[in-house]
Amino acid sequence: MYGFPLQPEQASTLSVEMDYLYYFLTALTIFFAGLIFATVFYFAIKYRRRDKDEVPPQYEGNLKLELTWTIIPSLICVLIFVWSAHVFMRASTPPPSATEIFVVGKQWMWKVQHPEGPREINTLHVPVHEPIKLTMTSEDVIHDFGVPAFRMKRDVVPGMYSTEWFEATKTGEFHLFCDQFCGMGHSHMVGTIVVLSHEDYARWLASQLNAKPMSVTGERLFGQLGCNECHTPEGKPGVPPLQGLYGTEVKLQNGKTVTADDAYLRESILGPEAIVGYPPNMPTYQGQMNEEEVLQLIAYIKSFGPPGERKATKQ
Amino acid sequence: MSAVAVEVEAPTMPEVHYLNADYGWRSWLFTTDHKRIAWLYLFAITGFFAVGGLMATLMRLNLVEPTGALMEPASYNKLFTAHGLIMIFFFLAPSIPTVLGNFLIPIMIGARDVAFPKLNLLSWYIFMLAGSVFMFSVIRGGVDTGWTLYTPLSTTYANGNVLSAAVGIFISGFSSILTGLNFMVTIHKMRAPRMTWFRLPLFIWALYATSVIFVLAMPVIAITLALIALERIFHVGIFDPALGGDPILFQHLFWFFGHPEVYILILPSMGVVSELVAAGCRKRVFGYSFVAFSSVSIAAISFMVWGHHMFLTGQSVYAGFVFSALSFAVAIPSAIKVFNWTATMHKASVSYDTPMLYAIGFIGLFTIGGLTGLFLASLGTDVHLHDTYFVVAHFHYVMVGGAIMGYLGGMHLWWPKMTGKLYPEAWARFACLLVFAGFNLTFGPQFILGYLGMPRRYAVYPAEFQVLNVMSSAGASILALGYLIPLIYFTWSAFKGPVAGPNPWGAKGLEWTIPSPPPTNNFDETPVVEEAYAYGPEEAHVG
Amino acid sequence: MGLRRLTLADGHDSAALVAHQFDDFEQQTQADTFGMWLFLATEVLFFGGLFCGYALYRNLYFEAFTAGSHLLKIKYGASYTVLLICSSLTMALGVRSAQLRRQTALTVYVVLTWIMGFAFVYVKLRYEWYGDYLEGLVPGLNFAPRGESLDMIHHFHATVPHVGLFFIFYFVMTGVHALHMVIGLGLLTTLLIFAKQGKVTKGNFLWVELVGLYWHFVDIVWIFLFPLLYLIGGRYV
Repeated sequence: MYGFPLQPEQASTLSVEMDYLYYFLTALTIFFAGLIFATVFYFAIKYRRRDKDEVPPQYEGNLKLELTWTIIPSLICVLIFVWSAHVFMRASTPPPSATEIFVVGKQWMWKVQHPEGPREINTLHVPVHEPIKLTMTSEDVIHDFGVPAFRMKRDVVPGMYSTEWFEATKTGEFHLFCDQFCGMGHSHMVGTIVVLSHEDYARWLASQLNAKPMSVTGERLFGQLGCNECHTPEGKPGVPPLQGLYGTEVKLQNGKTVTADDAYLRESILGPEAIVGYPPNMPTYQGQMNEEEVLQLIAYIKSFGPPGERKATKQ
Repeated sequence: MSAVAVEVEAPTMPEVHYLNADYGWRSWLFTTDHKRIAWLYLFAITGFFAVGGLMATLMRLNLVEPTGALMEPASYNKLFTAHGLIMIFFFLAPSIPTVLGNFLIPIMIGARDVAFPKLNLLSWYIFMLAGSVFMFSVIRGGVDTGWTLYTPLSTTYANGNVLSAAVGIFISGFSSILTGLNFMVTIHKMRAPRMTWFRLPLFIWALYATSVIFVLAMPVIAITLALIALERIFHVGIFDPALGGDPILFQHLFWFFGHPEVYILILPSMGVVSELVAAGCRKRVFGYSFVAFSSVSIAAISFMVWGHHMFLTGQSVYAGFVFSALSFAVAIPSAIKVFNWTATMHKASVSYDTPMLYAIGFIGLFTIGGLTGLFLASLGTDVHLHDTYFVVAHFHYVMVGGAIMGYLGGMHLWWPKMTGKLYPEAWARFACLLVFAGFNLTFGPQFILGYLGMPRRYAVYPAEFQVLNVMSSAGASILALGYLIPLIYFTWSAFKGPVAGPNPWGAKGLEWTIPSPPPTNNFDETPVVEEAYAYGPEEAHVG
Repeated sequence: MGLRRLTLADGHDSAALVAHQFDDFEQQTQADTFGMWLFLATEVLFFGGLFCGYALYRNLYFEAFTAGSHLLKIKYGASYTVLLICSSLTMALGVRSAQLRRQTALTVYVVLTWIMGFAFVYVKLRYEWYGDYLEGLVPGLNFAPRGESLDMIHHFHATVPHVGLFFIFYFVMTGVHALHMVIGLGLLTTLLIFAKQGKVTKGNFLWVELVGLYWHFVDIVWIFLFPLLYLIGGRYV
């Protein structure tokens, strides 16, 4: 323990922005609370009851005063709203260049997969000064991936992908907490974020000897589960081509159009009848694979190439 | 008690009043007198407060050590779940409405009783049934989901007695609905002649707004809990993503009830504080209509802000903007109240009796609780503060610093009316001071803990948070003492306290025009209604 | 209101009917009526949560909810609707008879209302729900659609678990509604006893009006449930 810290370390680009907002709100709180306290104490002493039968002069109220203390706080609230919405928008929009890392929450541990292959439990190694986007889901209940030093936190909900991002500005080790109560081991669902310099990170990646890239593991699964029997590279009638699918617009049978993103692929694998873009011939894989394996399959499908190539492979 | 010491003629108790009008347990358990029903509730909620408080004490003791000084995480989880549910559904929500509200609403509006006395008694029995079912689930081993009962944890994964706990709360909802309905009808239809809406005491306005929330929010939690029970028994998949259900739907339904519920807890207390300030200053509350309408607008807006509990659940950023903006909107009427109470003290005759001390304490703590709410309504900072001790500190400042301070202040103001006896003033001032100091020491450090990142509901925590946690636990023991002392002197004074007389405070309002304790029918003849807070002729305007 | 003033002025001893907390009969009547309306407001919110959930899931699983709608037995749904509308009419006539102090007419209308309400509950349990049970359509008990039901689900490209969600809402919503019907039948029974004892025609008929309000409310809920569950899937095409 060193001294008496009043705020966690500022270790990400966002933490600085958020702290300014926090300082402003703290100053505002101290100012208004101080104003009220001072006024109340001043009145309480100055106008204390001096005689038990004393009756003070009576007022009805004052419209100008009422309007003043309605309008001024309203304006301050508008200011805070705009400022905080701006910060939130930044915190919720990962830059397109961000490196993607995948997180699966499970009672009571965090499982992390790097696209390059390394897998970690309750630890996340990341390079400094590089935007990282986390794509997260849960195997069971709702968890929450929070890192105070990055001022970053987002619920991890079963059945859907949530995302958050950060860019670390300091090397070192930082707390990772589960912030959403998730059952008996909730307070043990903690971990460490290890921020490394670029060289150290490269060294760490190289030291993960057995790690195969996620897309490679996904390719093996693709064969094991028999996906390749229908989803052949040449394409079969009635079977959606996977080449160049990722990121394109898919027209569903009910007329809606959706983007083939991670969530769409996940839904299509686990409950293919739920998203009806094609005749429902594919069996459901719900319960036959865990969320990590789903992510590996998606990584494999993504590895087929950018959306532009779809036209070439279609039909 | 200066008012008594100088009294020339010692005040006397009326020979027959509602407390001695009838004897025997039947006259209490089958009573339809709103004043006796208030006592039934008072005994019940004091018991629940003691149980919930004991749980809080154990939790704070456990947190003295980073690894947990007393118990396993499993037990700790059950404790905070039961603490939250008991305090919210079985103490705070009923506290002011069912005790002070039941006792005072008919008297303040000049009626002989509430509109439906039998229904009023029925509400108490439903409340007791609910409490019994809930306590049964606690004794059987408890619930480990947190008071928010989030799915799919509560429906699929939790091992505790979620079903019986949900049934208990489900039943308590009906008690609240019937109480709210009774109060609304009473306030609408039972007012004495010439008691117009704008002559009503502000306490009545606040309870009216509370009752609206009771009637409109409670059925939503009832049906939501019914769905939880159904899911728990049959596992049909309403909230289970593996079967196509949506766990977030539960949060929407829960918080649609849950946020208005927060105002059920604080609005009555605001009403009490208006009365405390008026009586303590012998002055008409400044800006009466603004204070009255702020209660109503708080109730209305409270139904539109539920999404601010869900900024981080993956709801759209734009939904977050809307809920954030509306949450700021609900802050304004609260601010208006604080400013008006403060302005009431200007050129007043401020007494230093315990009720006024509680009012001042309330204004201070509620101001902090309200302002720290801005941190959480603001999207940018909520990302960091959500589900940390900052939230814990914020809502305890509102609910304990606000709601319980108001409740205790109200109990001190109207205790002489309820019992006809005076409590020992010196002890009361001392206890008030202890509560204020203990409270701040308990929950003040938690703001810092929260900003440092300590998540709520942690049975064990990293060692660097220990200093602040020990401070908080130390404060909790002072706070516990501060709550124990009033229990003792109130009990003592009910039997041995000096006789109060009808109006020991020199306050205005219909309740001070009748004897203490009041007769069973409250008013022997139709009361003469003046405007609220008629302390004297209006003399000047603040310029 | 005209009727009420007439009955108050026509020689009945209204003071004996006023509970101690009220000043006069008028105040009591207003309080009771207002209380009933507030109770119905609570009920609206009670069903409201279910309607919201239904709307959300119907939006999420459109095909499944369409398929589920087609699996319901529309002839029952339609006949309930007719029954309940008729029972609302007889209830309204019963209220009018009470206001006009016509004891026999009141009894007849209340009995008619009761019979139609009972028919609703009986048919619902004995035929519709039991039929659903035999077909394996009750989630939590035996949800496993087969035969024609399964074909229907496939026809709409829906998944069985999602159709299960439709049936949960179907059973919870109609179940809560049926529970209200049963409570309504109990209220009608007490009303009959009161009428028999002459309490209504000689005394306060407000009780009849309040039961009537409740009965109409429960009917109106059905008027929303019927299209939402049975019709909305486009089966009239």
